[in-house]
Amino acid sequence: MDIAASILVAVMMAATPLLLAALGELITEKAGVLNLGIEGMMLVGAVCAFAVAYKTGNAYFGVVAGALAGVTLAAFFALLVLVLLTNQVATGLALTLFGIGLSALIGKGLVGQPIPRLPLLSIPGISDLPVVGPLLFGHDLLVYLSLALTFLAHRIITRTRLGLTLRAVGESPHVAHGLGLSVRRVQLSAILIGGALSGLGGAYLSLAYTPMWAENMTSGRGWIALALVVFGTWRPLRMLAGAYLFGAMTLAQLHLQGLGVPIPSQFLSMLPYLATILVLVLMSRDAVRIKLNAPAALGKSFHPDR
Amino acid sequence: MPPKAGVILAKRGFRLRLEARTETPRWLIYATPLLALALTVLSGAGLFALLGVDPLRALYGFFIEPISDLYGWTELGVKAIPLALIALGLSLGFRANVWNIGAEGQLTIGAICAGGVALALWNSGGWWSLPLMALAGLCGGIAYAAIPALLRTQFNANEILTSLMLTYVAQLFLSYLVTGPLRDPDGFNFPQSRPFDADALMPPVLEGFRLHWGLLAVAVAAVAAQAVLTRSLLGYRLTVTGLAPAAARFAGFSAPGIIWTCLLIGGGCAGLAGMLEVAGPIGQLMPTVSPGYGFTAIIVAFLGRLNPLGICVAALVLALSYIGSEAAQVTLKLSASVGTVFQGLLLFFVLACDLLLLYRIRRE
Amino acid sequence: MTGSETHGTARLRVRGIKKHFPGVRAVDGVDLTLMPGEIHALIGENGAGKSTLMKIIYGLLQADDGSIWWEGAAVAFTDPAAARAAGIGMVFQHFALFETLTVTENIALALPEGRATAALAADILDLSKRYGLALDPHRAIHALSSGERQRVEIIRCLLQDPRLLILDEPTSVLTPQEAETLFVTLRRLAAEGRTILYISHKLPEIQALCDRATILRAGKVVDSCDPRVTSPALMAEKMVGKVDRPSRRATSLKAEAPLRFSVQNLSRKAGDPLGIDLRDISFSLRAGEILGIAGLAGSGQSELLAALGGEVAVAANTIRLDDQPIGALPVAARRAAGLSYVPEERLGRSAVPDLDLTANALLSGWQRPALVSGGWLKRGAMQAFAEKIIADYRVMPPKTGSLARRLSGGNLQKFIMGREILANPKVLIVAAPTWGVDAGAAAAIHRALLGLAEAGTALLVISQDLDELFILCDRMAALFHGGLSLASPTAELSRERVGLMMGGVADAA
Repeated sequence: MDIAASILVAVMMAATPLLLAALGELITEKAGVLNLGIEGMMLVGAVCAFAVAYKTGNAYFGVVAGALAGVTLAAFFALLVLVLLTNQVATGLALTLFGIGLSALIGKGLVGQPIPRLPLLSIPGISDLPVVGPLLFGHDLLVYLSLALTFLAHRIITRTRLGLTLRAVGESPHVAHGLGLSVRRVQLSAILIGGALSGLGGAYLSLAYTPMWAENMTSGRGWIALALVVFGTWRPLRMLAGAYLFGAMTLAQLHLQGLGVPIPSQFLSMLPYLATILVLVLMSRDAVRIKLNAPAALGKSFHPDR
Repeated sequence: MPPKAGVILAKRGFRLRLEARTETPRWLIYATPLLALALTVLSGAGLFALLGVDPLRALYGFFIEPISDLYGWTELGVKAIPLALIALGLSLGFRANVWNIGAEGQLTIGAICAGGVALALWNSGGWWSLPLMALAGLCGGIAYAAIPALLRTQFNANEILTSLMLTYVAQLFLSYLVTGPLRDPDGFNFPQSRPFDADALMPPVLEGFRLHWGLLAVAVAAVAAQAVLTRSLLGYRLTVTGLAPAAARFAGFSAPGIIWTCLLIGGGCAGLAGMLEVAGPIGQLMPTVSPGYGFTAIIVAFLGRLNPLGICVAALVLALSYIGSEAAQVTLKLSASVGTVFQGLLLFFVLACDLLLLYRIRRE
Repeated sequence: MTGSETHGTARLRVRGIKKHFPGVRAVDGVDLTLMPGEIHALIGENGAGKSTLMKIIYGLLQADDGSIWWEGAAVAFTDPAAARAAGIGMVFQHFALFETLTVTENIALALPEGRATAALAADILDLSKRYGLALDPHRAIHALSSGERQRVEIIRCLLQDPRLLILDEPTSVLTPQEAETLFVTLRRLAAEGRTILYISHKLPEIQALCDRATILRAGKVVDSCDPRVTSPALMAEKMVGKVDRPSRRATSLKAEAPLRFSVQNLSRKAGDPLGIDLRDISFSLRAGEILGIAGLAGSGQSELLAALGGEVAVAANTIRLDDQPIGALPVAARRAAGLSYVPEERLGRSAVPDLDLTANALLSGWQRPALVSGGWLKRGAMQAFAEKIIADYRVMPPKTGSLARRLSGGNLQKFIMGREILANPKVLIVAAPTWGVDAGAAAAIHRALLGLAEAGTALLVISQDLDELFILCDRMAALFHGGLSLASPTAELSRERVGLMMGGVADAA
């Protein structure tokens, strides 16, 4: 039983960065903006979080730095796509390339340095309970935060005026503008929230999942997060399930490598990427479902005079 | 207060406003990429200053010094060949809104196929080794790009994500090959293949330099792309599909046909570039056969305005970012990633400057 | 102050409003006075500046010059929210609704925050009963007919208790019967002291409904009159000048003309979840015949056009051209077989906005060996073809190098029609051929279509403009919820009868 519990805990850890980044992208996409720069924002978030944690010795400062770094990059993206009306696909790619370079530049002297891991929030007594203890208690802040934010996002999107506005802007910025809704403000907020969450996802990687910095340490998680949004058909709770499924697979793959299965490690490492493709194929096959759930204006620039 | 429609900057009586242009002056089409370049160099200076390096010295070391002799120029060509070739292939797709982001993976598979041929013919090749390798590289790239094309046309799966995921898969596969079946038996367990024999290596343009006749492939591709874009029905189909998808449906242009065409051409060019890399400057299979050419080519395509001649020039500019950062590593003790930062910045500026084509910025 | 203005404060007074866009003076010094309780018509043909003026009053556009007084006070609405807060409501011609949201959600978005959904739904029901605007608050917009969508827009305005209600071409999406119901509602609203600004170019309904009319032409007010006592002919002339309109087609159909085109039991589930399923559609067309299909937006007209044109394939035998099955063929093959079509949307569908006319001439002509051979474009031939279209159909400006987006709606439509007609099709299907087109161009297009039929082409005209259908067609049928009524000779039909057919009272005898 303890083994099962520890596996589940590890799954949650593997899933958390994906969940955070995917949730950020989901909110951004709900507002009709496609940000392909998740990978870049995660990387810069990861390196900034690590650098600050290393300098201050406090991982919580790192968390804040990671989120701020994500917001900064997202603000840059927002300036381009919302004000300068650039192509969202190309701008997102530029953001990823920029983030890869910038994170490597910032992190040059940080490779191999030790930092304090993001503390686990154990409650003495309860956390030591078998199974339930490690499963429900004794995680770090970001694990709880990612879950809380997912449920919060679900509630906001489906139940509140704010969520209604977000969906409306994502479906038709022109109609929303005609009603007097502030399209730019909604989209800007969504992009910045997306940046913060991607930054947090990156921070989780470098502060908790593997407390260290390595170039390109996200290894495609930003792109997998994008696929998770499709997997969840733009619904937070389904996406949560998807993130945990992917977490489980990442873990299985690592364990198989550890167990010395007679399959070359490279093939096992391919699994998350192949699984992403499989998921995309399975979910996208039903064009009607995608059409009903995807924000209709996704990826299109909006200018009130055009 | 939310910004008013169209107002982009408001500051104490100083307001800038976007106004749609009725006509785009021709000179502006050429001027905006130059403006983007200038802005990149300018922010580069700022970046160097931030890193504590004398900006002028750094800019000189990055952009001028590496190409101050013949060797530098030939090296520039070496890097520009794959960039131009891939970007030419991708640019067709970008015109039609087909986003093949996996050129790096298609390049890798092209390199694997070409390398496989070279190793199979090791010490038993002839003049036909190189053409055979080129064919293998081309087919490898095409076949690998066929996967996202199939997934998109049959299952509606987004080609951006699938082609990108396949890049990771291709790189892992190459890593498996060079640590396993294709590892050099006399290579002291290093993860790389045997060096190719002379028959499988691209002849240099100038004896003693690495610049090779892959140059010819770029020239042919550029001329072909120009002809296709301006004079062929295919070019017209791509343009219409990109500008107005509903009009393409009205015209009767098959959407799957466009997706297949764009991805296969892009994949073929990337595969050929992979072959040229392993048969040219690298000369064997290694765990990494490209420093991200497949991604940088995206920037090349945009900087070149998706125009074949523009792409060839842009490839030289981006090639400079590679050799500049290599030089900066040695002379300025800077991280090689400065080059990547420059590339990202450049793409930002290129995209941002495009605004000037559609809008005029007016002071109110 | 003059005339009516002395009888109290005007609800809205507009003086010297000007607005120019690059290349056009859309509104050029307009004065307008609206009194409480008045139903005021703003009439003018497409492009006269009506919509621009509306948008300025509603705060969607800012005037370059001029002033607006609202209930005696000078105002400048910077956005629609400000106009709404002041008491102005507007119902757009192109509905400003979110397809995937429900009626209640759509309405909530236009209201200040903090209203409970349940309470709002109750208010909606209440209003809908009071003004005879039947509506279910919980349905999603995409499931509603165009008449119902308009009711959503009206109720959305009424919930804010507006003192000025602007309606932009409201009957263009309604059957004649639905229009009558709307007029009852509008009269009731005016009786409550609200002002109605009614934008239209349909003179009979203005005579029936409005107290006053202001006529706009080329951005200027050309006259102001009482429509109840002014002759429609006079108003029409002031509105568009003298236009030589083709008169109603004398049915010259010969029964022995060969059968050209037939559709048998065409059914298709909509590929788009927001679309309409086509249900068992059958009709046939003889050479030289013009069949009209009356269908409002959302009745399945766009789905029918896609199926007939070939953008979606159906069973081969359901569509036959000269007795050859073509239902399974794609667009290109159907065009090669002699079937051409012109969709309703011009920019982005039947023309590429950012390409010039030479390139646009090729859009439906690329299969012709004269224009493209062996996969290579024949630039000279393309240019000559574009020049011929421009000359034959008097497209302005007569330059092959102008971008499609720079042409006015009428000129672009003439170009598109010319392109399709010069391809000499056996069957031509056109949707809303004169929608958003000025009167001169509309007359030219109608003449061209009549001429084409005279020459033996079978024509199908799908439109929601009944006047147009009555001018053009030999026989008419109506589309409702994806099903088609039986076609009857135009001579045996009245507007009322067609209206009932469009409303689903199929084949009302």
